[in-house]
Amino acid sequence: MSHAGDTSQPAPPDAARQEPRLLAAGPDAGWDQHLDTFGPLDADAAAPGLLDALAASGLTGRGGAAFETWRKVTATAESGRKGLFAARPVVIANGAEGEPLSFKDRTLLSHAPHLVIDGLLTLAAALGGAGTYVYAPAAGLPRVRQALAGRPGTKRVRVVEAPETFISGESSAVVNMIATGNAVPVDQRRRLSESGLNGRPTLVVNVETLAQVALIARYGAQWFRQAGTATDPGTRLVSVSGPAPVRDVVLEVPGGVELSAVLKEAGMDPAPLSAVLVGGYHGRWVRPAAHVLSPEGPVGGTVRPGAGVIHALDPHACGIGATARILTYLANESARQCGPCMFGLPAMASVLNRIAGGERNPRLASELDRLGRLVSGRGACRHPEGTTGLVSSALEVFAADFRAHLAGYCVPLGGVAA
Amino acid sequence: MTAILHIDWTSCDGRGLCTELLPGVLDRDDWGYPVARGKSGRERTDIPLRDADREAAQEAVSLCPKLALSLQERMEPARESRKPGR
Ligand code: SF4
Ligand code: SF4
Repeated sequence: MSHAGDTSQPAPPDAARQEPRLLAAGPDAGWDQHLDTFGPLDADAAAPGLLDALAASGLTGRGGAAFETWRKVTATAESGRKGLFAARPVVIANGAEGEPLSFKDRTLLSHAPHLVIDGLLTLAAALGGAGTYVYAPAAGLPRVRQALAGRPGTKRVRVVEAPETFISGESSAVVNMIATGNAVPVDQRRRLSESGLNGRPTLVVNVETLAQVALIARYGAQWFRQAGTATDPGTRLVSVSGPAPVRDVVLEVPGGVELSAVLKEAGMDPAPLSAVLVGGYHGRWVRPAAHVLSPEGPVGGTVRPGAGVIHALDPHACGIGATARILTYLANESARQCGPCMFGLPAMASVLNRIAGGERNPRLASELDRLGRLVSGRGACRHPEGTTGLVSSALEVFAADFRAHLAGYCVPLGGVAA
Repeated sequence: MTAILHIDWTSCDGRGLCTELLPGVLDRDDWGYPVARGKSGRERTDIPLRDADREAAQEAVSLCPKLALSLQERMEPARESRKPGR
């Protein structure tokens, strides 16, 4: 694993340790450092073999969905070729991290923008000269513009500011923002790969995924698979945070790494921790012990990294209170377009806040569960089921606390035998 | 081919005309919005229909005041559901 920004520190030996890949050019790498570290990449020369290399690499999206990148690209390429008039596809580098606990994409964009741009240009070339966009929050844009200006071949890359809302990074919201200036999801009767920005086949790709594409285009699938496991090859960036004095840190970890190893690397002792939020506000609470970070694997032993958010709960904090605050935030971040989301999420938040506040009504837990089941799967985007997933993990991991709360007292989870 | 009833949640206002026309397919939730009976996940937004319900679904599509419903034909097997990409 590597710390962003202090790559010079000698690392003690550790099985989970990962040589930096994405951040290998060091902090604030400019065009020259980028070329010195990674070597040149000719997008047009790399394009013909790119899809095969991506398929062989097993790269999955690093923005949350963990969908196989080559499938996404192929779907876009195929709809670009369909029909009477071949529509020129569009590739969008998505740097919007609506997640309050996520900062790895912004770190990547500030330290390694050229790797992201490499990936964007190579994918665009592989799609036969697609239109290109970089979509990122205001704070990251000066650096992106500087990087684009400091290298050849980027004149036609357009830069669009992403608003700081939770939902602004959802792929149809990204396309909607670029098309209309409104960063809310749209109903998708047709997929973006068929009809996205201005009706063109559109590929929205997380910036870290693009940086991984740039590495695979240079060094190949075999090299990519030297890190990680057979089912979760390569590396990923994670945003790790925890109770003070733990500092927020971005780590690059191999696929299939143990959660406890990541926590240790970030300076935490996993033993006293009661619960860890993995995957962000649409992720899950888990016990830190015996979990492997991977998009796939047996339930119970595996937890999906989602967009790479790992947040340790303060052992003295109440997990129900923490979840209630997150749920309130998520209910407020609903784009208020879809009835079940607009009404269901505030209803769930209200029930959970009543439990957190000490209301002794044993029916509240089952009401929360019922509401979660009711809203799930019923929105233009996955905000309802993402939110429900988090709440159901809280009902599971904090089951003892729920019982305690509903019986009239609150014990911080640290006091309960885990 | 399976007929799929798609609900555009951004248009639906939950007054429930469709639930009256398709009582076997759609229930109403706490706020009046349609809920596909016996379905979970994204099959509550893209609802696979039995052939017997096709005609009533077509009627709901044309009568929905918000134009929130549409019918699609899907080749078997079901297409992959949309993933939340970022
Ligand atoms: S499901 Fe919720 S967040 Fe998603 S588009 Fe609908 S109202 Fe907005
Ligand atoms: S008829 Fe249309 S607007 Fe009314 S509840 Fe059904 S889908 Fe929604």
